[in-house]
Amino acid sequence: MTDATPADATPAGATPSRPVRRRPGDAPVLDGPARASAYVCEAVSCLSIQSHDILLGLGEQIAGSGTTDVLIKRVGCLGLCAEGPLVQIPETGQLFSHVRADDLGGIVDALAAVRPGAERVPEAPFFSRQLRIATENSGRVDPESLEDYVASGGYESLRSALTMMSPAEVREEITRSGLRGRGGAGYPTGLKWNTVAKAPGSPKYVICNADEGDPGAFMDRSVLESDPHRVLEGMAIAAYAVGATLGYVYCRAEYPLAVSRLRKAIREAVKADYLGATILDTEFSFEVDVRLGAGAFVCGEETALVASIHGGRGTPTPRPPYPAVSGLWHQPTLINNVETFANVAPIIRNGGAWFADIGTATSNGTKVFALAGRVVNTGLIEVPMGTSLRDIVFEIGGGIVGGKAFKAVQTGGPSGGCIPAEFLDMAVDYESLIGVGSFMGSGGMIVMDETSCMVDVARYFMDFCREESCGKCVPCRVGTTQLWMLLDKITQGEATMDDLAQMERLGSMVQKTSLCGLGQGAPNPIFSTLRYFRDEYLAHIVDRVCPAGVCAIQPKPVLA
Amino acid sequence: MTTVHTLKINGVEVAGNVGQTVLSVAQENGIQIPTMCHLDGLSDTGSCRLCVVQVAGSNKLTTACTTLVTEGMDVTTNTDQLNEYRRTITEMLFLERNHICAICVANNHCELQDLADDLRVDHFELPVINPSVGIDASHPFFAIDHNRCIMCVRCVRVCEEIEGARTWGVMGSGIEERVVTDMGTPWGESTTCTSCGKCVQVCPTGALFEKGRSIAEGSKARRPFLPYLKMYGQDGA
Repeated sequence: MTDATPADATPAGATPSRPVRRRPGDAPVLDGPARASAYVCEAVSCLSIQSHDILLGLGEQIAGSGTTDVLIKRVGCLGLCAEGPLVQIPETGQLFSHVRADDLGGIVDALAAVRPGAERVPEAPFFSRQLRIATENSGRVDPESLEDYVASGGYESLRSALTMMSPAEVREEITRSGLRGRGGAGYPTGLKWNTVAKAPGSPKYVICNADEGDPGAFMDRSVLESDPHRVLEGMAIAAYAVGATLGYVYCRAEYPLAVSRLRKAIREAVKADYLGATILDTEFSFEVDVRLGAGAFVCGEETALVASIHGGRGTPTPRPPYPAVSGLWHQPTLINNVETFANVAPIIRNGGAWFADIGTATSNGTKVFALAGRVVNTGLIEVPMGTSLRDIVFEIGGGIVGGKAFKAVQTGGPSGGCIPAEFLDMAVDYESLIGVGSFMGSGGMIVMDETSCMVDVARYFMDFCREESCGKCVPCRVGTTQLWMLLDKITQGEATMDDLAQMERLGSMVQKTSLCGLGQGAPNPIFSTLRYFRDEYLAHIVDRVCPAGVCAIQPKPVLA
Repeated sequence: MTTVHTLKINGVEVAGNVGQTVLSVAQENGIQIPTMCHLDGLSDTGSCRLCVVQVAGSNKLTTACTTLVTEGMDVTTNTDQLNEYRRTITEMLFLERNHICAICVANNHCELQDLADDLRVDHFELPVINPSVGIDASHPFFAIDHNRCIMCVRCVRVCEEIEGARTWGVMGSGIEERVVTDMGTPWGESTTCTSCGKCVQVCPTGALFEKGRSIAEGSKARRPFLPYLKMYGQDGA
């Protein structure tokens, strides 16, 4: 090319003098720092109720009014999914719920009224009781913009890890933080990283487990949709710490928005030298690719996940060998959950001791929970470990829908259990949940009120496990079906006390002899409901009535 | 470098090579652990769970066929509880599909039948599931009756690991899981099957059988391939 166009002649870094042409949907042009901004939630829950139209509409109206000091921004999950679509004005903290694209006048007026140093509206308990670490950028940064992530301090932890810390120091910081696996089992993350680092073999791999499948759980989806770079940064720091060069995000295909944002984030991060070869001009190289799960719940199990990335059937294999020693392509492989990786950057930024100060003695930091079920404020929350169930359900969650009586909260997905009202004041952490017969799991919390039949709940989860069993081992393949048949018999009012004893015997056998966590955990909903709601089982069996009125039981024939 | 480990199985001190499984060491020492999916000469999957044993210091049961011996290991193979679990697994195998010995081609030559006999499974407490599964008799020499299949996947493994044809595979999940030929095409139309018959010989039940044999001279009465397979396994090790 011989003659340069005027645009090419512009020196690098200078603002082109040509006016930027607006396309429909473009954010209004700012000629300086924004006086006011509107954050429009574009996570999948709000998107599905047309929050994108709101973003476009606000942009049109602001641009149409000639205002040039208002920023309209797409952000990730604002948390309060029950009230969506949501728009927030961060300068004042005003939150607009159930926003309609054809009625944006209120927001435009509120934006016009924002003055520097304006008083903030008091936050609702839903927000004020939370502590956001893993999700600190959710609802604050544009998930599709690398610049926005970097502007909020993103990739600084990676830079300081690569330039100022040795891999061993990074691992030490993670160990000091006391971070435990957020996928559910709570295995110490530092220990896992050390195992992979010490395991002989090269290359090593890092896998982000985003195969979130628990009914009622959407933490990983929300983190990936709201802040994909945070997860990538955590993976890159982990790869540096354990000596890995290639990473995969194993995400379920049912999360198309998370996948597309993740792919975009990877492309941009590679371009900006945060991923790929010789990252940030250091000798460290790390590539990340996305692998999609085909919808099998069991692929969240580490060995099944590895089998699936290999291209085979997603079936688990007996451990040991653990993936940390022999995982992907039989090489040492670090597998952590999305939320675990999301906690890495803040730990490196603020130090392990800072993280260790949050939470309880054995469970440090915060936990993201997906609040679902019969609770007013369904949505995504992040609270310090040790927050009581009462705070979560009644303060943050806003109590039970319709003022009904609380019955139980189900945690831990199909391997978890139901926690009754007597434990509402229990501080939630890994140990306390196991103590009451449940399980942290990935963080799904399903709140149930008096209209839920606990036998029916147990049957639902057993049906889920029966469907999702891969079929490899006999106790899980046949046992979950047999247990489901017994539960079905109870909900139909046709079971006897012998069936109940049989179910307990069989459940314990499935728990003890199954190959992987799916089968070993499958009977937990039965055991926990039997422990706290045995009277409901007896009502179904002896009196042939369903106290909650859920199960359709034929009345007992009366002899004339 | 140590090449031999000493360990205890049921209180008896035994020696095993590095890389040897608990099952193999137990068998060498005359300690019987029930198995089903395991077959000498094929890789182990740990899927039938019959060989679960208790290793001291572990809170979980582990399968003898996939657990390698370690120095000072203390293994218990035959508690009442373990045998109860094994009986339930056997019961589950019988109840999963349709196993009526009297009308089966493998009657008296069936490993599942032998297992029930060894473990004294004399009655069933759970209901029969018996879903509707088909029979594929499209192959000229062999047939598969899915009603008698226990999903040990020996056929899948022998086809892949010994014959190298990879005709057999697994389709579906959970209770819907089935072994299939050529990703679900009828066996007779399979383009990869070499008709070697190894799958029929390794099949522990009457699921895979030769056509044209009566029950008395059933295809499971003589299985001359198995000793060779065992030798191959030892060479391989």
